[in-house]
Amino acid sequence: MTHALTKPALLACLLGLAACAQPAPPPPVIDPYAQTGAGAVYQGNLPGGVLGAEATAQYFRGQVGDTVLFAAEQTALTPEARSILTRQAQWLNQHANFTAVVQGHAEETGTREYNLALGARRASAVQEYLVAQGVAPGRIRTLSFGKERPAETCSDESCYARNRRAVTVVSDSGAGL
Amino acid sequence: MFAKLTLAPALVSALALSLAGATALPALAQEGPLRIEITDGVVEPMTIAIPAFHGDAELAARVRQVVADDLTGTGLFREIPAEAHIARPASFTEAVSYEDWRAVNAQGLVSAEVTRNGEDISVRFRLFDVVSGQPQGDGMQFDARATDWRRAAHKIADQIYARLTGERPYFDSRVAFVQETGPKNARIKRIGVMDYDGANVRWMTDSSSLVLAPRFSPDGRRLLYTSWDSGFPQIRMMDVASVTSRPVTQDGATMAFSPTFSPDGRWIAYSREQGGNTDIWLMDAGTGAQRPLTNAPSIETSPSFSPDGSRIVFESDRSGSPQLYIMGLDGGEPSRISFGDGRYGTPAWSPKGDMIAFTKRIGERFHIGVMRTDGSGERTLTESFLDEGPTWAPNGRVVMFTRVTPGGTGAPRLHSVDITGRNMRPLNLDFAASDPSWGPLLP
Repeated sequence: MTHALTKPALLACLLGLAACAQPAPPPPVIDPYAQTGAGAVYQGNLPGGVLGAEATAQYFRGQVGDTVLFAAEQTALTPEARSILTRQAQWLNQHANFTAVVQGHAEETGTREYNLALGARRASAVQEYLVAQGVAPGRIRTLSFGKERPAETCSDESCYARNRRAVTVVSDSGAGL
Repeated sequence: MFAKLTLAPALVSALALSLAGATALPALAQEGPLRIEITDGVVEPMTIAIPAFHGDAELAARVRQVVADDLTGTGLFREIPAEAHIARPASFTEAVSYEDWRAVNAQGLVSAEVTRNGEDISVRFRLFDVVSGQPQGDGMQFDARATDWRRAAHKIADQIYARLTGERPYFDSRVAFVQETGPKNARIKRIGVMDYDGANVRWMTDSSSLVLAPRFSPDGRRLLYTSWDSGFPQIRMMDVASVTSRPVTQDGATMAFSPTFSPDGRWIAYSREQGGNTDIWLMDAGTGAQRPLTNAPSIETSPSFSPDGSRIVFESDRSGSPQLYIMGLDGGEPSRISFGDGRYGTPAWSPKGDMIAFTKRIGERFHIGVMRTDGSGERTLTESFLDEGPTWAPNGRVVMFTRVTPGGTGAPRLHSVDITGRNMRPLNLDFAASDPSWGPLLP
């Protein structure tokens, strides 16, 4: 990537949400997409709000962080998870027109039905934390996919660690709830 | 003497009567029938000759092969190959030359004739005890539509199996399952129903939404399953004949999954999640009225009814890790029955009532196992990277389960194993499949 326009900025232009004629922010030193593959999540350090792109699900995924990980067979939130969820809550509190669905997941080394229940516990742990941080309960739904939708497909701990997760998926509900 | 039967459900009682009559024959009681005992010890398979069936040659060959596959697939019978046969009977009614069959070490002999009349077929068979030189039970005739020729073959094999083992049979039965296609992280699933041996696959759902874990009703006419068609996991019921489904649960604020019918078909036990906590609920299948069976902050799931419908066995992590518990439907504290090393799940109560099959994880390995209902006599039947979800054959002698291979290209396959653990084999399917549910013996 040689040009300074990053994907959130391009998206904002396309959506007409920001003045594309404005000077672009200075080019990042490191290509934020370099390590992530085609279409992957933006991992740079674009300051939120500059181009009005903060109020997008893409920004939430890439900048706020939509995924928290769990220890094996555990549903307790780790300090790192709490830090991500604190950012999620702040974002949700700032963007009241968004609702969230928290999807709980489990690794493949468990039975199908127990993993569904385990994923539900993880999703619920995230929901409770967000609500405790001031997000209205009615804005958050939970569901579980158990082991049905792994993020990574290998059969060792490096993948299992990334599959034991809860993903917060936000969508613009228009008028809010 | 021939007992004439058809595959029409209306004549179920005729089958029962005929069987009762056959076992009451005094001729059979004299020296004791040919019998193979299914025990835990090492068993030498009974040798059986199944010479070419008479009648319509092409159809007779196909029926014969299904009968032979059913019997040898149990691991209890070994077929004497046709090349070794000395006797070459020219007709179904020809007298049996027992000496010739003894000479090739056959203990049992099956003789049959398949006739075709337009779209109808008729299959007659007789079973002989070569050792004592006499017929074993009545001859029988099955009339069927030509399209049901495999069922007619399974019926014959069921008769032979029942007479030679003293157990209830299971070949004329069906299995519901989930077909899996697509990459592991975006799996596409649909529910199918097939004969127990993998033939005659019929699809019950399309691939538009994620579906899991179908469970047959006791009469085999309905399926309960979990579907994400609303976006959230809820239970639906499928009418197998018409392939139409309706929601059983649709409370948007909770998840519902892991359904199972009671043996009388009146009740549905299932897992209901509220606020992250999963308990087992009992629903009246007719009215939809429901109440919680468990009320604990732990995970309670995978209920399975006792054959008399008075109790359930289920999986709970109330002790800190998933274990098996039994409780009565009238309340009371669940009692834990699993005490071995490892984590236990997906219990399935045997239709005979004597055993619980389960999934067990020890370290990084998975097993299918069985134990008595008080938790004693536990033994593991299989071991692999991931074995899961046993379902019982209608006679309680065999379980079918899912075996998953590891890695990004890993896929599930259905396997069956008998309760001695000696005879494990994969189902002959040309697609990946999981979550089997073994239906009842068909009428």
